[in-house]
Amino acid sequence: MDHRPQQWGRPRDDVYGAYDASYMQNNGPNQHTQQPIVTGTSVVAIKFKDGVVIAADNLASYGSLARFTNVKRLRTFAGTSVVGFGGDVSDMQYLDRHLNELAIDEAYTSEAGHTLNGRNLHKYLSKLLYHRRSKFDPLWNHLLVAGLDEDDKPFLAAADLLGTTFTSPSLATGFGSVLAQPIMRRYAPDEESAAKLTKEEAVDIIKECMKVLFYRDARSMDEYSIAVVTKEGVELKENEKLEKQSWAFADRIKGYGTQTV
Amino acid sequence: MPGFDFSNYNRNAALHARGVPLPKATSTGTTIVGCIFDGGVVIAADTRATSGPIVADKNCEKLHYISPQIWCAGAGTAADTEFTTALISSQLELHSLSTGRKPRVVTCMTLLKQHLFRYQGHIGAYLVVAGVDPTGTHLFTVHAHGSTDKLPYVTMGSGSLAAMSVFETQWKPDCTQEDAMKLCSEAIQAGIFNDLGSGSNVDVAVITADKTTLHRGYVKPNERSQKLKNYKFKRGTTAVLNEKIITKDEIGKYVSVQEMPVAEVEKMDVDS
Amino acid sequence: MAMFSQNPVLNGPNYSFAEVPRDRVDGLREHRFNPYTDNGGSTLAITGADFAIVAGDTRLTSGYSINTRYAPKVFKIGGTNSNQSDATLLLSVVGYAADGEALKERLDAVCKMYRYRHNKPMSVNACAKRLSTILYQKRFFPYYVHAILAGLDEEGKGAVYSYDPVGSYEREQCRAAGAAASLIMPFLDNQVNFKNQYQPGSGEGHALAEREKAPLPREEVEILVKDAFDSAVERHIEVGDGLQMMIITSSGIEEKLLPLKKD
Repeated sequence: MDHRPQQWGRPRDDVYGAYDASYMQNNGPNQHTQQPIVTGTSVVAIKFKDGVVIAADNLASYGSLARFTNVKRLRTFAGTSVVGFGGDVSDMQYLDRHLNELAIDEAYTSEAGHTLNGRNLHKYLSKLLYHRRSKFDPLWNHLLVAGLDEDDKPFLAAADLLGTTFTSPSLATGFGSVLAQPIMRRYAPDEESAAKLTKEEAVDIIKECMKVLFYRDARSMDEYSIAVVTKEGVELKENEKLEKQSWAFADRIKGYGTQTV
Repeated sequence: MPGFDFSNYNRNAALHARGVPLPKATSTGTTIVGCIFDGGVVIAADTRATSGPIVADKNCEKLHYISPQIWCAGAGTAADTEFTTALISSQLELHSLSTGRKPRVVTCMTLLKQHLFRYQGHIGAYLVVAGVDPTGTHLFTVHAHGSTDKLPYVTMGSGSLAAMSVFETQWKPDCTQEDAMKLCSEAIQAGIFNDLGSGSNVDVAVITADKTTLHRGYVKPNERSQKLKNYKFKRGTTAVLNEKIITKDEIGKYVSVQEMPVAEVEKMDVDS
Repeated sequence: MAMFSQNPVLNGPNYSFAEVPRDRVDGLREHRFNPYTDNGGSTLAITGADFAIVAGDTRLTSGYSINTRYAPKVFKIGGTNSNQSDATLLLSVVGYAADGEALKERLDAVCKMYRYRHNKPMSVNACAKRLSTILYQKRFFPYYVHAILAGLDEEGKGAVYSYDPVGSYEREQCRAAGAAASLIMPFLDNQVNFKNQYQPGSGEGHALAEREKAPLPREEVEILVKDAFDSAVERHIEVGDGLQMMIITSSGIEEKLLPLKKD
């Protein structure tokens, strides 16, 4: 499978045959988003004992060009949840504006101390995404919502441009779903094992995933944002740098075939 | 004339243009890996073969023999990996016989890439080539279009990223044979459990300077569960509309008969 | 019926399309955002004399990836509260998960409104008809799901209704739907409706009597469900991880969760 955002929402090649991209050179007005332009790659997240750790790198790509290198793809909501965005950056910014408005509205109109929790936020966003796909005007994002549920238990769920939703002890979007998810599933194959992880363990797992994604995802970078969501609130760091990279395999390589010097 | 037979090509192209779908080949949507250690190389593979979403073979062999000290793990179209490896194995054997030397891994890799390049990717073989020869230990990948790569650890197939996540987090330079076997087996299992195209068991081959050891079913994490019920039917349950009995001595009228010694047959995998 | 329609849109993604001709005769191909996907998985439902069982695996896939190992496909419908503790109906949906979720919530709201207005739960046959109209309302932008509705009818007998994506429906003894439906359904025909089974020694040729149909006891059905899914898991890559089974009887709805192979 091709996991790049350009491929999301497309008919599967193995089912419908190769995709004809020629229609994209369209001179007339384009009413709906038919392809993402500036894109963010993977978001990864894992639950632990008292909350959720979520991370995404700070790169926004324009095709294969690393266009913006300081784009924050983790957005906090009402100081209690974090939304991680993969896919189109302009749609992300639209959603972010919309969510800020929603948080302010909620803060004014709701009873004191009550706000939308992680589960409510995820439901809201997935309904919005499903509504937009049903209008054939999708928001080209795959997002993860990290927060707490109504019982203050860790909550983590995904929603994509088609409105598909799912939850799991660990989640990843885009390239992360094939590269990072196997790593996280090793540590947290089920809810029980995730509930045993400490915050430090969870952070280490996420950092390991970000490192592997940087090694192998050509649309990634080594600066990233990471957030820990617990009952105490959101602890967001937006300018982390990958540590302890290993390129030890490289000194053994001579050529790609018969070369020996 | 040697090589492929293209005599039906135009007919098939015409049919295809009128909407007749082409037959679908069995593909080994696969996880295959290889890893070098001090004194040799390990390659490993899962054992699932698929045809679309259906499992065509639950325990197929994806580790192919090239020469005693050179083995290939194959992903892609099952027939292409089998025939390509068999073809190159045979060429290499003849080459080795005429030169009086042990076959080399680079020779095998070069034959493979030249053969595959010639067919411009239409031969869908994606291979991990590994072996030990008088020049040392080697590990390559060969893509269907003919490109090759040389690395201390490699993965291929639909589960290649899942498997690579294991190598990228756990691989260390200077590993022992045990380390390499464990690493490869865990990489395959990452593919088995995270990639739908891969499944069933782990096959491992260890190649050192003095021997090759094939561990068929090195790990079997997906044994079939016992059915809860016995599905044996009472004799006579199936309707018989018509019956004709041909005795053994009469059968010669219809087919040619030859007596065969009764050999021990491998038992079929069925529920009791 | 329409479940085996020749329309590819209704039959779900068909893998043999992979080699469909690239250029059509007119040289035109329409391209736009594809609002559908297939999330794999399989469901089945079987009725008994005084119960119905609905089951589904819990794997959610996209392409060759597993999105999650636990995403339920069988839901309680029409309870008065959010945990559905007093629900009387079961709905299973398989196909495109987002449409499945939307359909489930829509039908649940309908059942809840009915209960609020009439002060009694909706009967299974009434709900079955309503579900059919909900599906047909989206005839030209269908809910891409195979739905199965189950409950107890007015005589207390188990009832299963199965649907195609645009609302054609039928009451049946048993039905398998989803990715492995073609693997499971023949097994069910043989083991639940005793198709192709005859009474040994009851006659010659066409005079042979068919094995008599009798509703199966609950224990037997649970075994058939588990065995059916164990077999489907062996041969279909999109089925696995967990088996969710819901059993509806006159004393309420019971839920069971069993492990399946995870490869």
